[in-house]
Amino acid sequence: MKITIKIQNTLGIHARPAGMIANTASEFECDVKIIKDSLEINAKSIMGIMMLAAGFGSEIEVVTNGKDEKEASVAINSLFEKKFDEE
Amino acid sequence: MIIKKGVAASIGIAIGKAHIIKEDNILIKQKEIPKEKIKAEVKRFKDALDKTKKDLDKLKKKILTVLGRQHAKLIDVHHLILKDPLITKEVTKLIVEKGVNAEFALSRVLDKTGADFEKIEDEFFYERKHDLFDVGKKIILNLVRKEITTLDKLKEDVIVVAHNLYPSDTLHIRESHKVLGFCMDLGNKTSHTAIFAQSIGIPAVVGLSDISHQINQGDNLIIDGEQGVVIISPTEEVVKKYKEEKGRLCEEESYFQRLKGVPAVTRDGHKVTLMANIDSSSDMKDLKDLKTDGVGLFRTESLYMNRKSPPDIKEQKAAYLSVAKTVSKKTIIIRTADIGGDKVADLGIKGVKDEENPFMGLRGIRLFIKHPDMLRTQLKAIYRANVENNIKIMIPMVSSLSEIQFVKEVCSVVKNELASEGFIVENDPPLGIMVETPAAALTVDAFLNEIDFVSIGTNDLVQYVLAVDRMNPYVSELYDPYHPAVLRLINVVIQAAQKKGKHVSVCGEMASDPLAMTILIGLGVNSLSVPMKLYLRVKHKICSVSFEKISSMAQSVLGMGKSEEVKEAVLEALK
Repeated sequence: MKITIKIQNTLGIHARPAGMIANTASEFECDVKIIKDSLEINAKSIMGIMMLAAGFGSEIEVVTNGKDEKEASVAINSLFEKKFDEE
Repeated sequence: MIIKKGVAASIGIAIGKAHIIKEDNILIKQKEIPKEKIKAEVKRFKDALDKTKKDLDKLKKKILTVLGRQHAKLIDVHHLILKDPLITKEVTKLIVEKGVNAEFALSRVLDKTGADFEKIEDEFFYERKHDLFDVGKKIILNLVRKEITTLDKLKEDVIVVAHNLYPSDTLHIRESHKVLGFCMDLGNKTSHTAIFAQSIGIPAVVGLSDISHQINQGDNLIIDGEQGVVIISPTEEVVKKYKEEKGRLCEEESYFQRLKGVPAVTRDGHKVTLMANIDSSSDMKDLKDLKTDGVGLFRTESLYMNRKSPPDIKEQKAAYLSVAKTVSKKTIIIRTADIGGDKVADLGIKGVKDEENPFMGLRGIRLFIKHPDMLRTQLKAIYRANVENNIKIMIPMVSSLSEIQFVKEVCSVVKNELASEGFIVENDPPLGIMVETPAAALTVDAFLNEIDFVSIGTNDLVQYVLAVDRMNPYVSELYDPYHPAVLRLINVVIQAAQKKGKHVSVCGEMASDPLAMTILIGLGVNSLSVPMKLYLRVKHKICSVSFEKISSMAQSVLGMGKSEEVKEAVLEALK
């Protein structure tokens, strides 16, 4: 499944949020991908996420594919909604 | 075939295979892993990851106590990078699919990811690649650490190639007896590695800037320590030429052997006292064999190296006694330990770590003034070792008179202490200083009222006079013993000593330089002290010159303004 998220936290996905996303994604068995512009990365990879250079206001797509894809999608979406406990 | 020109650090020719010492900038080579060993290679990689994880845990604990939680978060990121599928999955995949070694697979992944990061325009994110490389480097170090063949375990004769050699490396080189010669990126003629190579008589070329990146493990190499040239993968013809040259050098060496025991006298009958520079690990048999006019510089700092506490009186006394007995009736000048800040910390004594500029820092007598107990121990050992009454004491790194007055006070305290222990110092060794700071050189007349002799340490004197750090590759070409400023200052010292009727010797690199030494003798230096391996070569030179000619040449170079002119005048006088 696929969801679109607009980055709301002012610092963008820097190291700590990237770590949180990678950690959360790794808890699930399904594939988790994040797509920004034309770049597609593995969301279980902190380096991959940072490589997106997703700043404030940019849009990303989170694509989950596998048996727990729904749970994974919800968990990741809630990280963004909570603005990574930053604000 | 590639020919690289560097600095000739120690004469001789070595022909052999390269052995590369890896450093921070590790050279990673692709290696094919046979199918049956791939599993083991993957395990080796996983072990390195585990080890890195433990290292990070340790580091985090340290950061938590020193810097606090905020900083420790960085380590959490590093932990995540370590777990990143890019590293755990991609690298393993490369090892398995391509059959390559773990280091190579890892560096490929790092390079590729690094390149992806380079494309990011946002500086904040771009900078994150350093975290990746930081972790990558930690893993690689854990991978290669297990692979490194330390020099003391060498199985065959090799030529060592390094970015820079550290004292511990030189120690291993000496012990291994398998190193034919070495070359390295850093260094110059007077750096400790060059002095080391000269002292054990293996050819060396240094200051080659990037040679450690150009040579691969096992490459055929020729080291020409006379011309300062390294030849990578030489043609057969060149190898043949060098083998002949090596034979010629051997012949020359055997000719020099005949000079043993012959006095060092110029063609026109001027006698020069020619002494040897040694340290505590020098071979006493070789020293005896050379029949020198004594030891002009006994470097005692090697007694203090690679250990947790300073040597005690008993150990020091034994070391000094064995040299004193070897040279017997001849003089031996013991220089009190010239150790610097960082080495002291190793010795379990509070010192200064990481000095910005150690050459201008806490070293030599400055350190002993801060730790007079170390000076007392060394002086006591020297007094007790002076049974042959042939020892002189020399103090390094002196820059003001109060320092030598301090030493003299300690001397009398020590003598009193010894007396109360029932040991009367009958043979009071003459006291001298090493002239290596411009301050000591310019005020040497005042010093000479307090002391018995001076010895000019040209290596340091040159770098202090010219304000050139001889270890710094950016300026090392400015290091120039022929600089008129250096020669004039040396002349000041010689004149002052002659006026007071005191002995002046030179124990630095200049004393064994075939051209520069003629200026020194010409200016009236009484004695030269040179590395044992160069001893007979220098004697040969002394015997071949005319004192009349070189002394008038020496006077004329004092008036010159450029070192090129000086060198020309020396060559002209030696024709």
